[in-house]
Amino acid sequence: MQAKAKYEQTVASQTGADVLMQTLIDEGVDLVFGYPGGAVLPIYDALYKTDLRHILPRHEQGAIHAAEGYARISGKPGVVIGTSGPGATNLITGIADAMMDSLPLVVFTGQVARGVIGTDAFQEADVTGITTPITKHNYQIQELKDIPRVVKEAFHIATTGRPGPVVVDIPKDISGEIGEVDYPETIHLPGYQPNYMPNLLQVRKLAEAMREAKRPVILAGAGIIHSGAHKALLELVERQGIPVVHTLLGLGGFPAEHELFLGMAGMHGTYAANMALYEADLLINIGARFDDRLTGDLQHFAKKAVVAHIDIDPAEIGKNVQTHIPIVADAKFTIEALLDEVTTPPEINEWVFRLKQDRIEKPLWYRKQPKVMAPQYLIEKLHQETNGEAIVVTDVGQHQMWAAQYYPFSKPKKWVTSGGLGTMGFGFPAAIGAQLAAPDDTVIAVVGDGGFQMTLQELSVLQELRLPVKIVIVNNQSLGMVRQWQTSFYGGRHSQSLIPVQPDFVKLAETYDIRGYRVETEEELQEVLSATLHDREPVLIDCRVNAEEMVTPMVAPGTGIHEMIGVKP
Amino acid sequence: MKRIVTALVNNQSGVLNRVTGLMSKRRFNIESISVGRTETDDISRMTFVVDVEDEAQCEQLIKQLHKQIDVLKVWDITDQAIVARELVLIKVLSNPQIRTEINGIVDPFRASIIDVSRDSLTVQVTGDSEKVDALIELLRPYGIKELARTGLTAFPRGQQRQVTEMKPYSLIK
Repeated sequence: MQAKAKYEQTVASQTGADVLMQTLIDEGVDLVFGYPGGAVLPIYDALYKTDLRHILPRHEQGAIHAAEGYARISGKPGVVIGTSGPGATNLITGIADAMMDSLPLVVFTGQVARGVIGTDAFQEADVTGITTPITKHNYQIQELKDIPRVVKEAFHIATTGRPGPVVVDIPKDISGEIGEVDYPETIHLPGYQPNYMPNLLQVRKLAEAMREAKRPVILAGAGIIHSGAHKALLELVERQGIPVVHTLLGLGGFPAEHELFLGMAGMHGTYAANMALYEADLLINIGARFDDRLTGDLQHFAKKAVVAHIDIDPAEIGKNVQTHIPIVADAKFTIEALLDEVTTPPEINEWVFRLKQDRIEKPLWYRKQPKVMAPQYLIEKLHQETNGEAIVVTDVGQHQMWAAQYYPFSKPKKWVTSGGLGTMGFGFPAAIGAQLAAPDDTVIAVVGDGGFQMTLQELSVLQELRLPVKIVIVNNQSLGMVRQWQTSFYGGRHSQSLIPVQPDFVKLAETYDIRGYRVETEEELQEVLSATLHDREPVLIDCRVNAEEMVTPMVAPGTGIHEMIGVKP
Repeated sequence: MKRIVTALVNNQSGVLNRVTGLMSKRRFNIESISVGRTETDDISRMTFVVDVEDEAQCEQLIKQLHKQIDVLKVWDITDQAIVARELVLIKVLSNPQIRTEINGIVDPFRASIIDVSRDSLTVQVTGDSEKVDALIELLRPYGIKELARTGLTAFPRGQQRQVTEMKPYSLIK
């Protein structure tokens, strides 16, 4: 509000860029990530006159991943500004990532002036063309007067229904043009009417199936977190006694310490979780999309089960797995409606007992090797040292799976990872965004040495803002997951996956005026973690771990989820 | 299996690109597309003939189309009572001697000859795809120089069959 008041005083005549700023402020935006350039000079000039907080990363990719981390933790849309051409194309990976993981982003890209669009002008790229398949929707502003309507629609589309990224491309001559506009109060989008309320007949059908089920299981995805359904889910589970498994992105939606929680399912999920999905006679999917990394070979997935699928996106239902009870609605509203319908819990003691046995007898496991630190131990230590309350942001690869396995979450919105697109380089900038969304939390960026080197230029942001992000490099001097697959499926030929030549990360951190530590033993780890995780300063900890370690257990590609390898004997 | 899918979309630049891009991204096979304005200026109708593997794939196509913000409504109208037409132009080799002969072929199809030159003539025919295919096959022996099809456009008939009016299947009749 203060920002708005000040802003209105300073603007005499409004340019398109001023209108844009006004609209952002009206939408409640207080933080934008961006990188200036030729085609957004008018926008940055207008930004200069506002109180909007702007975060300048050192690469556009850093801006968009930070916005993703911010959106994941705050639940608010991440706002990004990039210039035309290369500025926009540098944002592409993050836009695709947000699309896959349903994160609300509103991305503004500069465009060359209308008069030269289509002439291969300097820094011109067909941004709407490029981003059409990887956005929920996109716009190119055609006239100054369209800005308030389009921006309002963009925020509406990005944040409602199944969230996703929306790109708004703004030609430079429009953002510099002076004119008068009307700010619309309402939105008119006849082609976009997401459905939130469940069909009660379907809910009753599901309640009936729950009464009759002998081997029910709930698969809880990120939809639980997006819709704020975690409390409702807990109540449903406690009243019905049905066991729960999570997807990778759903972690935190259900408390990991709960006795009915079986762990994460999927390629590197727990034995108990995967067997529950395999053996179930009723599979209740709430807000997950049956990704191939979860289901394994579809021939063997939930073949014995009546499948109920609750999803706000109708296109997800029946896409990969045949569904018997489809419910297109918001997860929270559906669970609440379900709570009104369910009565006595089903008689499933035998089933629950068996799954609990599986969980106890075949837990996640690893062997400690002499002299080298196990990466799993490192994650367990992080959990212990932060009482399981930190926000954990990961990159992609082995360390990501270990973090998912060995850092159990009790609460939602503590876990940020790139699941669908699997974007290396995501972790560190996303941690910056997460820290900005939750300034008082401990944010740990668990990254691999490979992925960290893709976006480590963002250390400048920590240096500049003194954000207390704790960077933990799980350093095995290789692209661990690639190496693991080459070991397991490509005859041990480690083609281009070993990267022993790397910077001295400790000195690197120091050049950015950030404390750096190298840790090689468990004792050193304990010492450094206790000394650095609890203060409000950034730190980089280069943890040398056993480079031979593999992520287990595993559903090998092309096999069913019941055929796990590397299960505890 | 072939399905006829029709959609009402916002009449804006880029919408065709969104729709065809979506189809190629999700590996749907398009046989034909026709697009044109409707009675409302800012709304266009698109009609697709798609080749899908099964009903589930067709359902997925419709859902994905429906997800597009610029797509207002989508129907699979294959199984409804519909009027479906396409327009085809066929340039056939002909000399003055066989013009009358071709005229005789074209007539029953209620097609018309719209251009004549020294060594060819152009036939215009409208109708459903079967009729059009039949005429093309009849003209093929004369030598088709060029052929242009608009692709099918269609919508449901004003009056749909009521369920009660449908004849039950019978092995005897």
